[in-house]
Amino acid sequence: MKLQAAILMIFVLPVSLAAQGLDPSAILHPVPGSWPTYNGDYSGRRFSSLKQINQTDVKDLRLAWLYQIHTGQGGSPFGPEIKSTPLEVDGILYFTVPDHAWAIDARTGREIWQYKWQSQGGIHIGNRGVAIYHDWLYFETPDDHLVCLDKNTGKFRWAVVIADLDLEYFSTPAPLVINSHIIVGVGGDSLDVPGYLEARDPATGAVQWRFNTEPRPGEPGSNTWPNAQAMEHGGGMTWLTGTYDPELNLLFWGTGNPNPVHAPQSRKGDNLYTCSIVALNPDTGKLVWYFQASPHDTHDWDDVETPVVFDADVNGKPRKLIAQAARNGYFFVLDRTNGKNLVTSRFDPDLNWSEGVNQKGQPIPNPEKQPKTDGALVNPASGGATNWPPPSFDPESGLFYLSSTPSYSVYYLTDTSAHPEGYGGRDSIVWAESALVAMDYKTGKIRWRHVYPGEGESFSGILTTAGKLLFTGDPSGNFIAFDPESGRILWHTVLTSSASNGPMTYELNGRQYLVVGAGDILYAFTVPQTGCA
Amino acid sequence: MAIRIWAMCFLLAAGISAVQAQQQNSPTADQQTTQSATSGEKGGTPPNKSSPEQSAQQSQARSSEEVREAIRKFLAIGAPPNPQAAKRGQAIFVSTCGFCHGPNATGGAQGPNLVRSTVVLHDQGTGKDIGPVVHNGRPGKGMPSFPNFTDDQIHDIAQFLLGRTQAAANRMDYTIQNIVTGDPRAGQTYFQAHCSSCHSPAGDLARIAKKYDPVSLEGRFLYPGNSNRPGMGPPPDPRAEKHVTVTLPSGGVYSGVLVHIDDFSVALRDSSGAYRSWIYNDVKGILVEVHDPLAQHLVLLHQYSNADMHNLLAYLETLK
Repeated sequence: MKLQAAILMIFVLPVSLAAQGLDPSAILHPVPGSWPTYNGDYSGRRFSSLKQINQTDVKDLRLAWLYQIHTGQGGSPFGPEIKSTPLEVDGILYFTVPDHAWAIDARTGREIWQYKWQSQGGIHIGNRGVAIYHDWLYFETPDDHLVCLDKNTGKFRWAVVIADLDLEYFSTPAPLVINSHIIVGVGGDSLDVPGYLEARDPATGAVQWRFNTEPRPGEPGSNTWPNAQAMEHGGGMTWLTGTYDPELNLLFWGTGNPNPVHAPQSRKGDNLYTCSIVALNPDTGKLVWYFQASPHDTHDWDDVETPVVFDADVNGKPRKLIAQAARNGYFFVLDRTNGKNLVTSRFDPDLNWSEGVNQKGQPIPNPEKQPKTDGALVNPASGGATNWPPPSFDPESGLFYLSSTPSYSVYYLTDTSAHPEGYGGRDSIVWAESALVAMDYKTGKIRWRHVYPGEGESFSGILTTAGKLLFTGDPSGNFIAFDPESGRILWHTVLTSSASNGPMTYELNGRQYLVVGAGDILYAFTVPQTGCA
Repeated sequence: MAIRIWAMCFLLAAGISAVQAQQQNSPTADQQTTQSATSGEKGGTPPNKSSPEQSAQQSQARSSEEVREAIRKFLAIGAPPNPQAAKRGQAIFVSTCGFCHGPNATGGAQGPNLVRSTVVLHDQGTGKDIGPVVHNGRPGKGMPSFPNFTDDQIHDIAQFLLGRTQAAANRMDYTIQNIVTGDPRAGQTYFQAHCSSCHSPAGDLARIAKKYDPVSLEGRFLYPGNSNRPGMGPPPDPRAEKHVTVTLPSGGVYSGVLVHIDDFSVALRDSSGAYRSWIYNDVKGILVEVHDPLAQHLVLLHQYSNADMHNLLAYLETLK
């Protein structure tokens, strides 16, 4: 490495620099090369227009820095894992694991601050990250608090309770800022509690509106439940960050499975609005449309997977679309102005739980594949054919990419009473593998599918870029660049464990950074630039 | 990227391995019947607790208890109730409250389910929240008052309800009911048609139903040697190990147990115990053949109806 002359200069900073931060209007049109929300922008495409790292120079990718987290005692008995996608705002990365948030220098990986929340409990399975509004940063905790910090210092501002820990709620999503709303979702399906989504005031954390997953008696949708008791305990958690269309002013969010999870005898009917994509007015929380991906689910297949927003041609006409690869193994393309189904197809060829698709584009569950006391053999397992790892839509290839887990499980019904509770059953997984799948949104057909040779499951999300690259991880700890068109592998490196979050990218001072989390380490890669020693 | 010759041959080698194999020590029922330790999302598997062959039973019991503890912790289930208090509380509950709320507190003729009641969940086994309700009743909702219960009795009821709540929340401890419901003769016919080229009821499967409980046995015939979920299934059976043959362009041929394979490299352990690995890009023209003794299990896994599965289990249960 060449020696460099270091020149220290002292600047007098203008006072007006303070209290700017990230204006919500800047998220509408993100500065090119920034990553100001969980999905990078509101669309959930996870496609970056950056192309300094491209098919030609990807072979030269090298480690720029790495940052290892330290969390001390407590938390998950299996150790912390970075499942959050960092936000990049003004040269700083912000990310989380349960009970912890960090700010690190996006250029160097040096820690700026770390914040630890004193937990009162809750399931510490993961945390998806932060939201930023001006100079305030928000994240949710396993013990159901929305915590607000000063993003510049990491200093605590306030925390409000967003769900009842005693009722077994726990909270994992990255909040989403829309104008002056902080959208927060909740999780937890151990004890048949109802799901909901809330907007909170950025300054105080006060509730602005609440959307209840279940209708109230007499409301539309209540006829899909047998009684009020079933609705009050109907589940439908909102545990993964949604997407937004500013033009339509619609917020899109996925809802989880109904409760009791595997024992459905006390909740006959379709169980709206569980296992659905709901489109809400973000200013009021009012339901505008819905599409239910799994009517009357009995397999724990939350439909929270990112509903990805994009505009593209269908039959030669430009359309406003929304697409989702669902945990139940189906790929859906909808008209996002009204929720009308355009495409339903299988991204997992070996699904065996449905009897086909109805006129609305919904899979029809096969009663034989519901959990049975003596077992039902079902593909996929309760973890689903895909899960929370973020998918990506690449407008240049026109393909939708997802991480898939083909799998089989035996589902046993354990609670046959008229009033089952909690899960009411369990599944025993017998086999699984991992695949990267590219779906054609026009036809619903699989364009290409890469099955990883080793056994094991991949939890990595996907990033596509204008450099004509797709980045993701395999189950063996490889971080890989694929050609999005063909599925050909162009580059890889080995991490200390398998990629555990959605990779993201940003540009600073003319240099593109590629960042991925694997276990307790965040890695940043760059390609050498002319003039840079 | 250079073109690489890539061949995966799934050969049915179970017959060969069956001859050499000594039956691996049986796992505990708990390990096999423990489902994935996930809630909404996937990820987060408990640590592998497979035990050495000696002192197998002891360490298996311990390991199973450790797994259960880890799962309890993962599910954030608090300290269990005092067993004596919960037992006393159950007796009071059944005789006094059971008529309306059901003997298991899941709701009865007139009273609601208490296991998922907000008051009970806030009480957390203390009696502080449920005490006033029991003492004063809920006249508006038709619940009579029980002013004579002592604080100790209220506490005992609260401990019983805490146990019920935790049992509902701890799905890993749910009891699987009788699963041997199939027709053993139909299972035998299926076995003869699909399994008997590798397995024999008088040979490798003799008394198999004595070695495994039904749920474990079902998991094993569906797909044995599951390495996807460390600690969740039985320890890998040597007969289930994949073998690999690597042929180099120089003519060298290496065979052994497959240790690792991905899109970029392969590793094996040969019969002398030596470990070898190759990176495909560095050895142009390398030929890699994987022999998977479980290939036929995977084929059948995609074909079984529930009835096939139940019948096959019923037949295997006759091998005692």
